[in-house]
Amino acid sequence: MKQWEVVIGIETHAQLSTRSKIFSGSSTAFGAEPNVQASAVDIALPGVLPVLNKQAVECAIRFGLAVGATVAPKSVFARKNYFYPDLPKGYQISQFELPVVVGGQLTIQLGDLEKTVNLTRAHLEEDAGKSLHEDFQGKSGIDLNRAGTPLLEIVTEPDMRSSAEAVAYAKALHALVRWIGICDGNMQEGSFRCDANVSVRPVGQKEFGTRREIKNLNSFRFMQQAIDYEVQWQIATIEDGGRIEQATVLFDPDSGETRAMRSKEDAHDYRYFPDPDLLPLIIDSEWIERARAAMPELPVAKRDRFMADFALSVYDASALTGSLEVADFFEATLAVCGQTNAKICANWVTVDLAARLNKESREIGESPVSAAMLGGLIARIADSTISNNIAKKVFEALWNGEEKSADDVIEKQGLKQITDTGAIEKLIDDVLAANAGMVAEFKAGKEKAFNALVGQAMKATKGKANPQQVNDLLRAKLGA
Amino acid sequence: MITHGLKALAQALAGKRISSVELTQLYLDRIDRLNPVINAFITVDAGKSLAQARAADALLAAGKGGLLTGIPLAQKDIFCAKGWRTTCGSKMLGNFISPYDATVIAKFDAAGAVNLGKTNMDEFAMGSSNETSFFGPVKNPWDITRVPGGSSGGSAAAVAALLAPAATGTDTGGSIRQPAALCNLTGLKPTYGVVSRYGMIAFASSLDQAGPMARSAEDCALLLNTMAGFDERDSTSLDRPTEDYSAQLNATAGDKPLAGLKIGLPKEFFGADERTGCSPDVMQLVEAALAEYRKLGAETVEISLPNMKRSVAAYYVIAPAEASSNLSRFDGVRYGYRAAEYSDLNDMYSKSRAQGFGAEVKRRILIGAYVLSHGYYDAYYLQAQRIRRLIANDFVAAFKACDVIMGPTSPSTAFKLGEKAADPVQMYLSDIYTIAVNLAGLPGMSIPCGMASGLPAGLQLIGDYFGEAKLLNVAHRYQQVTGWHLQHADGLA
Repeated sequence: MKQWEVVIGIETHAQLSTRSKIFSGSSTAFGAEPNVQASAVDIALPGVLPVLNKQAVECAIRFGLAVGATVAPKSVFARKNYFYPDLPKGYQISQFELPVVVGGQLTIQLGDLEKTVNLTRAHLEEDAGKSLHEDFQGKSGIDLNRAGTPLLEIVTEPDMRSSAEAVAYAKALHALVRWIGICDGNMQEGSFRCDANVSVRPVGQKEFGTRREIKNLNSFRFMQQAIDYEVQWQIATIEDGGRIEQATVLFDPDSGETRAMRSKEDAHDYRYFPDPDLLPLIIDSEWIERARAAMPELPVAKRDRFMADFALSVYDASALTGSLEVADFFEATLAVCGQTNAKICANWVTVDLAARLNKESREIGESPVSAAMLGGLIARIADSTISNNIAKKVFEALWNGEEKSADDVIEKQGLKQITDTGAIEKLIDDVLAANAGMVAEFKAGKEKAFNALVGQAMKATKGKANPQQVNDLLRAKLGA
Repeated sequence: MITHGLKALAQALAGKRISSVELTQLYLDRIDRLNPVINAFITVDAGKSLAQARAADALLAAGKGGLLTGIPLAQKDIFCAKGWRTTCGSKMLGNFISPYDATVIAKFDAAGAVNLGKTNMDEFAMGSSNETSFFGPVKNPWDITRVPGGSSGGSAAAVAALLAPAATGTDTGGSIRQPAALCNLTGLKPTYGVVSRYGMIAFASSLDQAGPMARSAEDCALLLNTMAGFDERDSTSLDRPTEDYSAQLNATAGDKPLAGLKIGLPKEFFGADERTGCSPDVMQLVEAALAEYRKLGAETVEISLPNMKRSVAAYYVIAPAEASSNLSRFDGVRYGYRAAEYSDLNDMYSKSRAQGFGAEVKRRILIGAYVLSHGYYDAYYLQAQRIRRLIANDFVAAFKACDVIMGPTSPSTAFKLGEKAADPVQMYLSDIYTIAVNLAGLPGMSIPCGMASGLPAGLQLIGDYFGEAKLLNVAHRYQQVTGWHLQHADGLA
């Protein structure tokens, strides 16, 4: 049996978070009634002309800087000509020979392994409208609200070697575009859509196999399923003596299969040429420097700083820099509880808080427990006012909005940890007196009985006694 | 009154010798009477025009009028005008009522001018005789068996037949200058980017430029004052200080007002071999005009535009390429003509476009799609762009040796209706002197320079970039000492 190598390149359409469209002043807000956000320019009335939205260019510059690419000093908008009812002008304004962003890299994490995916280019273009094939008296409807929405199309080299790498790349890119604030990443609304170019070749062969392009993958799970299906289909086809024809395919999530949409033979000749209605896009170094000054600290830099400054593991630091919101929340929490508690803080943010948010499908920005509240809570754990177990109760109370701060919860609910040795000794005496049977079992060599006695002591204080002190004093009393 | 220039009309309006309503009605009556013969207008809407005239009269009464307030102007049907049917000479837009104003229209509205109607034109401005219009050919008022030129033939004929005091035109390869020459008008195509293209239905975006067509350089200057200016809705419009073109008409004066002016005569127009491309009677009138210029103090120098001969070929690659894409929006989906019966989407596209476009438009769409297609792009489109740069460089070099270039506007006077309609290449060659100016983006003018067998001939003036004021000044000086521009077709009464 031959060994096969999978080769994947990804093209992503990221919808840019600009207020207005790329070549008109219409709003880009999602979900309006059909065609109410379509101006004379968007519906391509005779005589209208495009005017480039500088905000969209800013987004492209930010992206270029974030991936270490070259921001082209001169790029050119070109017309991609084809007929479709939701393409009002009969051409899409895109960039062809001279894109705005050239090259760049994105680092992806696969378990403990890091891999660099090289980017070919990223270019600005306008989105088309939508064809609505629901029944309009047997006809199709056209909604041009989306027509002219700015997109950044980001193209990789064929650098990925598995569906897992492809998904890791897509997730890293998704996190990055949100991190730098150029795309809301909403995959359901189509703000972030990927096409995967997939081919296979025998291990060791230099030439690439013939690729098929899977269009419009709008979830990471579908991407994984679609690529896995496509790869096994291509291998099976070749092993059965068939040949792969270059084609565009669609993934059907219901059947889990990909099916050809059009073959190379009926591929369009888009007759690209520079759009004479738009001047070349000139980006001078001043513009780039202004954009650079406004850039947030990037994920990898922040991760490395978290490791260096707070002695966090690469695992914790990566988890905390998965999104800018999480990283900001962590830093705000740390500002309250103090840097020396970075490890406890990282655990709370990435484990306890994350689990609670996940349970209610909320984003960190919607957490009822603010960074200030969580910082206050961690400070009380650190100074032994409460134990970890009590902290979970306090957290729950804060989550449910019972009090405004951890201190209020501790105060009002009397949760302060008992650390007074005298009080704990008295408590232990009472427990020993009431549980003579357990004491006897312990003395007979049953270590389990000791844990049961600790449990009784904690229960008697509703968990407020310092567990370490209870342990130590109990051992002393039992002479163990 | 109907032979008055714009300045005289403005004075008559300001002096209350006539109201805008009366003046507008005067022209509407002539249009009623003569348009059935000339076919200069596609759409006339007396109600709309008179409403504008009444508003203008109110402004004039309040003493708030400007120089164009109350003056009726004919608008080429390539400009979108709110509430007006805007057809671009095509069946495709035969039912299209524009919901918005082109910048040019909005500027004339703001100046208080009256829109007298939408003038006939070659379909989507593709033609040099006005015979490709879906709404029928326009007749030349000097001889109604002849063409008025094109594509702004309706505007030219309207002004020549005294159906309007002045009009707008657009010029992609000569469409203002050639009909101006054939109808004895003064027409100006400004530097590319001086007049906004917003709302002007695109033929070839990198070449199209709107300009005035009138009876004198003086009138053109007044109209250009309103038309020119930066427009943020047109990315190719140029942000530069506005000029007062009227004020510069008399920039030079005295006995030899053009003393020191160097007129470049391209040997590609005037050389012993090359001049045979022009009919001898037109060339003779051009030579006579040059003699007049020498009397005004100008000197003539020979220059060379070596790539001029490649301009028609380059133009007929670039213009159709852009047009094939510009006209893709006319697909029957959102507005305009849609075939009555079709079986599916592709059938709807092909039937709507097959039925909605005329033969010349289809020819150019096919040429354009071909030269842009995979495998031919480099050989045609890119090569044509290289030639375009060479032509522009020729002009830049030439303007180091002269201030203005002169020559014929058109190789002949008005030809017979139908004479060239069957031979596209012969038709394309009628723009041989004008096309290079568009490829280079320069300003160009045509001014009347005499009559050959009762038909007008035009002298072309080509200026350096932003040389509109200079061109108007040079044209005005000639018109101060000659009377060709004052002649009008009187066979129509």
